[in-house]
Amino acid sequence: MSLDDLEGRIGFTLNGTAIHVQAAPTARLSQVLREQAGARDVKVGCNAGDCGACTVLLDGAPVCACLVAAGQADGRRIDTQAGLVANDPLAARLARAFQRHHAAQCGICTPGMMVAAVAFLRSGAVLTEASVSDALGGVLCRCTGYRSIIAAVLDVGDGAPETEGGVGASVERLDGWAKVSGTERFGDDVAPEDALTLRVIRSPFHRASFQFGDLDQFRDANGLDLILTARDVPGENRFGVIPGFEDQPVFAIDTTRFKGEAIAAVIGHADIVENLPDFPVTWEELPATLTPDDAQQAVLLHSDRADNVMCRGYVARGDAAAALKYAAHVVSGDFSTGFIEHGYIEPEAATVRRVGDRIEVQCCTQAPFMNRDGLARILGIAPDSVRILPTATGGGFGSKLDLSAQPFVALAAWLLRRPVRITYTRAESIASTTKRHPSQIRMEIGADANGRLTGARFDGTFNTGAYASWGPTVANRVPIHASGPYLTPNYEANSTGIHTNTAPAGAFRGFGVPQSAVAQEQLYDRLAEKLGMDRLEFRALNCLRNGDPTVTGQVFDTGMAIDACFDALRPHWQRVLREIAACNAGGTRRRRCGVGIAGGWYGCGNTSMSNPSTIRAGITSAGDLRLHQGAVDIGQGSNTVIAQIFAEALGVPLGAVTLLGADTDLTPDAGKTSASRQTFITGNAAKLCGEALRTQILRLGNVGEGATIHLADGALELAENGTTHRVALPRVEGYALEATESYDPPTTPLDANGQGAPYAVFGSAAQMAEVEVDCELGTVKLVRIIAAHDVGRAINPALAQGQIEGGIAQGIGLALMEEFLPGRTENLHDYLIPTIGDVPPITSILIEQGDPHGPYGAKGLGEHCLIPTAPAILNAITHACGARLHHLPATPDRVRAAILAQTGGAGR
Amino acid sequence: MLHRPQSLDAALALLSGEGAVILAGGTDVYPGLRDGPPPATMVDLSALPGFRGITRAHGVWRIGAATTWSDAIRADVPPLFDGLKLAAREVGSVQIQNAGTVAGNICNASPAADGVPPLLALDAEVELLGPEGVRRLALSDFIRGPRDTALKPGELITAIVIADTPGQGAFLKLGARKYLVISIAMVGAVIAVEDGYISRARIAVGACSAVACRLPELETALRGAGPRDIAEIVATAAMPSLAPISDVRATAAYRSEAVRTLVTRTVLQAMEACDVA
Ligand SMILES: Cc1cc2nc3c(=O)[nH]c(=O)nc-3n(C[C@H](O)[C@H](O)[C@H](O)COP(=O)(O)OP(=O)(O)OC[C@H]3O[C@@H](n4cnc5c(N)ncnc54)[C@H](O)[C@@H]3O)c2cc1C
Ligand code: FES
Ligand code: FES
Repeated sequence: MSLDDLEGRIGFTLNGTAIHVQAAPTARLSQVLREQAGARDVKVGCNAGDCGACTVLLDGAPVCACLVAAGQADGRRIDTQAGLVANDPLAARLARAFQRHHAAQCGICTPGMMVAAVAFLRSGAVLTEASVSDALGGVLCRCTGYRSIIAAVLDVGDGAPETEGGVGASVERLDGWAKVSGTERFGDDVAPEDALTLRVIRSPFHRASFQFGDLDQFRDANGLDLILTARDVPGENRFGVIPGFEDQPVFAIDTTRFKGEAIAAVIGHADIVENLPDFPVTWEELPATLTPDDAQQAVLLHSDRADNVMCRGYVARGDAAAALKYAAHVVSGDFSTGFIEHGYIEPEAATVRRVGDRIEVQCCTQAPFMNRDGLARILGIAPDSVRILPTATGGGFGSKLDLSAQPFVALAAWLLRRPVRITYTRAESIASTTKRHPSQIRMEIGADANGRLTGARFDGTFNTGAYASWGPTVANRVPIHASGPYLTPNYEANSTGIHTNTAPAGAFRGFGVPQSAVAQEQLYDRLAEKLGMDRLEFRALNCLRNGDPTVTGQVFDTGMAIDACFDALRPHWQRVLREIAACNAGGTRRRRCGVGIAGGWYGCGNTSMSNPSTIRAGITSAGDLRLHQGAVDIGQGSNTVIAQIFAEALGVPLGAVTLLGADTDLTPDAGKTSASRQTFITGNAAKLCGEALRTQILRLGNVGEGATIHLADGALELAENGTTHRVALPRVEGYALEATESYDPPTTPLDANGQGAPYAVFGSAAQMAEVEVDCELGTVKLVRIIAAHDVGRAINPALAQGQIEGGIAQGIGLALMEEFLPGRTENLHDYLIPTIGDVPPITSILIEQGDPHGPYGAKGLGEHCLIPTAPAILNAITHACGARLHHLPATPDRVRAAILAQTGGAGR
Repeated sequence: MLHRPQSLDAALALLSGEGAVILAGGTDVYPGLRDGPPPATMVDLSALPGFRGITRAHGVWRIGAATTWSDAIRADVPPLFDGLKLAAREVGSVQIQNAGTVAGNICNASPAADGVPPLLALDAEVELLGPEGVRRLALSDFIRGPRDTALKPGELITAIVIADTPGQGAFLKLGARKYLVISIAMVGAVIAVEDGYISRARIAVGACSAVACRLPELETALRGAGPRDIAEIVATAAMPSLAPISDVRATAAYRSEAVRTLVTRTVLQAMEACDVA
């Protein structure tokens, strides 16, 4: 039998229903399921088998649908997440377990995870952590750190859901059921059938000049609807995120500055766009600069930036030079880290349609209002002519703050007056979007004979790539944070962002701080060693306490709880030190155990800049309570946390709140989801909004502060001292009652020496990592991580734990395996992120001492989670085998080389 | 166009056409497209009846061309195949093992193909069927270079054939993460032990040369060795066929050194298994 007989008609049973689709039998099954069969719960993260998001059951066995020819499924049974949850009670139980355990954060990996888990559970295999890991090892998750997923699969029984509770309760994610039942809609899932497809033409060279051939002829010959180049941009052909640094063109003109830079876009029917002949362009490769070392002498990337320096940052306090000169003990070292790719499993995607003289953009994003303003500038229209409708966002971690795919499709839809869609390929996503800045750091730290820090000097060079993106933020933040959360009386820190011909480096969880912590926390271990002090006690002695000035001279009278983090770790630390001593004494020299510790801190919100959030809520005449929640939930949980804070402030159950948004037409600006700001800043706005609405209600009912509010049908029932008043809601269009409140954290500008109050709140953390090093092979096995985090107050402890575990997993990647090499690792099999087998058990300890500025005392907790992880692991490696890793990642070859170097090449 | 022939004759006929590409599990074919369009004509062998599974007849084992890695893991075969089974468990992930075939792995001829070292250690032969009939090639002759095989146009693999010999299989893979990882280096071995000493060692190494290869000098040196002698012998043995390169996964220097550690451990893994048996 040959499928030509079927004339491209393929029949299979999808989730129990026999269907036929008209599709090319050689097309990937994933694409046919999504586009022809409507199964958009099948996700595509790589089209190469590397991420597992597309996992379906084919005759009961899990396979990657992106590697199956649609014709191979003819006559067979296919089950996807949505069908399994709907039809199989076991899968439905698993979905509830995923909800209970917060095993879906952004949810883009959840379909693959759950499908693989269902096959495993059905097999009747013994449930252990190891067997679950083996079964799910083919699905990558960048958000959760996998621990909650393992817990959910192991606990697939019938636990009770947790759906109610105010501040402090681990309620299930309000937007979670869609994620675990297969109905969530991400960037590519909302594209309508009639949308045209757009593909971007990109530079194949790090630097090149180019000339187009006959574009009109190419368009007509191939039946394309449109070709876009720089000359088609009606507004400004540039964008960026920092005022004054909008330097990236939508389409390059004449020369490109990095491999992957856009020069044109083709728009047409998907079949045409996917099968185009070579685009008519001739390239001339030009010499390129890939590292800051070469950049000072190189051709300027931007004519107004001398020496290719994008900008610098500086903080100085006391006299660092003198302090180091007279210190009893001084340590110094050079450290480096590479480009780190965000590796969210959902590639960038957007669909745009023109509605009259407005444009509507559905896209995955972390910053709808910034996207709106940026697109308006490119299109040359007013910001309120642009509507951003964020879809569910399958991970962001900083890179989905910037515009990426949106400008192309917005331009096309604007000009064609037809819906246009795009989804980046994995290669395109990795090559063209922002990265974590590579760093080259030199640091010197001194202490007195009693182990007290006397001074530190820091010099960091950051490769900011071809365009500024968030580079200025990195340059500013790093000097403020490079001391770590320690009292450093004499301090001088310089940072420089240098342009090179590489993808722009931008925001990635921590804005440069994880890189500086790698240097500072490793040097702390060396200092402790010189002093003969216990490594934890050295840190505990020097950490900032309430009343101590930071390196910018900011003094916190309350809320600085890094000492409590170290105190919380102390008993674990002492126990593990004893265990390791015993293990190493009894074991071979080949396998060595070690433990490391590191601290970290991070200022929540923008640095010394206004960054307000606004929250609006209203009650309709019918008694519906609606929260206009514009703080985009990219998996971190703002939909749940903001609602919890609001409900608590208003004094109603969480279940009474209906969420609206995010939608720039409906939700006021809650700022961007970054810099650990949403819980703190939008949370405060939500609290103020809840309180304001409560005041209005109590006044309306003429009842006292202590009254309880119940939303009834068309009325409010207010109970006080045993009596209940029923207050009818006014009959009006729109809201009968409403409130809008904003919050902007109190900060002050920094002076020329970087002195001032850059953040209203710092969160801090300390983590310890236990490792086993195979000294002969240089491989590192993580045994356990214990993390103590000063969160002020955990609004939702389970979500806080999820942030910690996910951050740690990214820290593990930074420490041990991740490095983007431009042009070489543009896929998820050469660029490695941790799998389910690479993240050890994690114990999270939440320190809740409250913060005077945070809503109910809560601080932010996004970046903090990964800052201490890498240095803790590196310190543990040194403890285990003596080798110090200054240059990341600590891959087996580098660890082995470091072991050989310290034993003079003799091995161990 | 995708053809799903139900007989070998039909498959051969289809393959005689211009540009027809054989498809099995698709786990190399589809990633190889790098987001480009699929080949115009593909001939799917994954559903060819009677091609799946590992069977024994006349003292010879046959791994049918449509045998997946998952089939290999579940196969009822003697300890001789333990190395191949361990390799199977390390291929990608469950999803990849459920679709990817052993035959596809050797056709792909990647220097890092995990199936190749254990099959080389088993002295596997490749059975090919083409317009001119059946021929058999040693696996080491079939794989001619990176991504280069002796497969002729119009030919297909029908089976991988392995002589039933005594011996214990073993396999170790070194990668930078736990699952879904391309090997930095890997070692397959088949060790026969008599009275605690090696009577015959067959050892192959992957990802340390353009094509995975056996280590004949070492195999000779190991004859008669006991568990305590292994490390020393491996450390000093000549391995002229290895010529590792530096790539995104590891440096050449590291590979040269680590491979000896891996070989030692693989041989010991086999000998320990013999002890238990
Ligand atoms: C995410 C991922 C992870 C992976 N991890 C690993 C790993 O850890 N280790 C590893 O070794 N490999 C790995 N691979 C590669 C791949 O899975 C294996 O090589 C697999 O065995 C290929 O088999 P297949 O049936 O899928 O081959 P296909 O992709 O179907 O075919 C591969 C090649 O073989 C040819 N071919 C197939 N069958 C025949 C036949 N009978 N006769 C002639 N030619 C034939 C095809 O024409 C094609 O050229 C991975 C792949 C992916 C996508
Ligand atoms: S999309 Fe299929 S594995 Fe990533
Ligand atoms: S929850 Fe797994 S990738 Fe986001």
